[in-house]
Amino acid sequence: MIAHFPILVIVVVLLAAPIVPLVGRKNWVFGWYVATGATLLSFLMSLSLLNTVLTDGRISYWLGNWEPPFGIEYVYDPLNAFVLVLVSFLAFMVAVYARKSLEAELQPDRLTPFYSMYMLFVAGLMGMVATGDLFNVYVFLEITSLAGYCLIAVGQKREALMASFTYLILGTIAATFVLLGIGYLYMATGTLNMADLAQRLPDLYQSKVVLTAFAFFTVGLSIKIALFPLHNWLPNAYTYAPSVTSTIMAATATKVGAYALIRVMFTVFQPDFEVTVVHVTQVLIFVSSVAILAGSIIAVAQTDIRKMLAYSSIGQIGYITLGIALMNEIAMTGSVVHILNHALMKGSLFLVVGAIVYKTGITHINDFIGLGKKMPVTMAAFTIAALSMIGVPLTVGFVSKWYLAIGSLDAGMWYLIPVILLSSLLTAVYFWRVIDNIYFKKPEKENADEQTPPGISEAPALMLVPTFALAALCVVFGIFASVPVSIAEKAAVMLLR
Amino acid sequence: MAKRKMKENIIRKTAARLSIPFIQLYALYVIAHGELGPGGGFQGGVILGASVILFILAYGMEEGVNRVKQWKTDVLNSVGVLLYGGIGILCLFLGGKYLQYNVLPVSDPKLASQLGIIGIEIGVGITVAAIMITLFIETARRDEK
Repeated sequence: MIAHFPILVIVVVLLAAPIVPLVGRKNWVFGWYVATGATLLSFLMSLSLLNTVLTDGRISYWLGNWEPPFGIEYVYDPLNAFVLVLVSFLAFMVAVYARKSLEAELQPDRLTPFYSMYMLFVAGLMGMVATGDLFNVYVFLEITSLAGYCLIAVGQKREALMASFTYLILGTIAATFVLLGIGYLYMATGTLNMADLAQRLPDLYQSKVVLTAFAFFTVGLSIKIALFPLHNWLPNAYTYAPSVTSTIMAATATKVGAYALIRVMFTVFQPDFEVTVVHVTQVLIFVSSVAILAGSIIAVAQTDIRKMLAYSSIGQIGYITLGIALMNEIAMTGSVVHILNHALMKGSLFLVVGAIVYKTGITHINDFIGLGKKMPVTMAAFTIAALSMIGVPLTVGFVSKWYLAIGSLDAGMWYLIPVILLSSLLTAVYFWRVIDNIYFKKPEKENADEQTPPGISEAPALMLVPTFALAALCVVFGIFASVPVSIAEKAAVMLLR
Repeated sequence: MAKRKMKENIIRKTAARLSIPFIQLYALYVIAHGELGPGGGFQGGVILGASVILFILAYGMEEGVNRVKQWKTDVLNSVGVLLYGGIGILCLFLGGKYLQYNVLPVSDPKLASQLGIIGIEIGVGITVAAIMITLFIETARRDEK
């Protein structure tokens, strides 16, 4: 069966989607068991795949045993095996967390459909990562987007519907752009297989059709990853969706979009296309720098914690695209590692927010006063993840910023260092406001403390464990940084060769 | 008043009753013919779903949801997808790759491929038909709630 892990890792989650409504008809808890079990199985299989890729090299799996480029091929190399492990791990952690959180946030009759949609969402993301066929990427992109719209729209407030609708419109435009890009490439080359495209495209680099295709890909995927001027859908979607949705979307959806951008730029098109033909890198470096600063500046002005984290995500996406655009191995390593690091940090932060909402319903930063005493473990997780976001040494945030900074020096662009430093300072500013409220400010009225019952009022263990696990991993991978970095280096060398 | 008129409309009911069996037969033909000619699971499923929608239009929502119970469409939604995925998994157990139909235990590998494709087309047809009906009933009933 190990030989079939490349397909089973996705099929298990995909088939869990129709099983959940069957077993969850009477009681949603069974649906939760299936969802959690499927994501756990998928996580274990993706770990095994990563291990195989690192020891034996590239895996290619032919669906229906049709030889590529005629059939669909799933390809695993250090880059996508790494991202796959990340996506399935977070999907599992969030599924564990979801049980208590969703019970509090959704109407009971929406729980079973939610888990079914959640499975589709995760399966779509994992499929996008695993496949070596460009049209398959589009199909999985649509699966995950459509499921994503549902996951946002079930939010309790009416604004959730509007947020979902905005995302639906922009997401559809993005997906259409990607489809048009695929169509143009197919028109020019007659193939959809990524490896085959990589072989045929270099002869056609001057063709207007191919240039148009590349433009459609970059703009479409930039909407999907919410790169700064195209980020409008993201803040409201993260703010009004259920906590579980914001977490999984912030931690994985934009990361998979970034992965797809890397794939298109460096596998389908070769690096010298970006350098010699379209000069997209200068544009991308400029846009990324603006995204890093703008995301951080707008985040400082937010009063709702989820909006703050959403704008912070927009800034962090800038780091990933900056590393991509610098086009050297160190910066690319930083970028790939940041995909993991940001997923851990932002995942943990959003889970903390979910725990606060579960216990108190507060999302306004000014109301956080005194939470440090009431929820010490949750707040410790928040502090660790926040320090990591700032980029304090011994946390993962430091590792990726270090690589990005060295990478920009390597590329001869010293002026990017102040951008990274300034953004770190701004990150410190907006997280300090929260931490100050949590630990140091005294409640203004004396009776405010008496209203809450004495003793510790933590979130339930099922929510606490995933939250703290992600925060702990921020430190573990900050200290033992060589583990993810060595894989990311392999990926970077492979992409830029 | 409008409701009574609907119940008494014998022309509409008879027309529907006459055409529905043929529509459904045609749907089955389109599904079963999918691997050789134009058509297939999706198109056939849409036609099959449309026949039930026609029934509900002619006989009214009350009679319609009585005949087509919600739990049935809910189960069928899942069953079709599981049939598709199940055939894929079955191929794994028979020693092939995912969805490699020619390993199915039939005398001739060509026949096995054909049967495998018909199997997944049926799966697609079931799910599409059930989803069509679900969508129609859910949107039509919104006004009543």
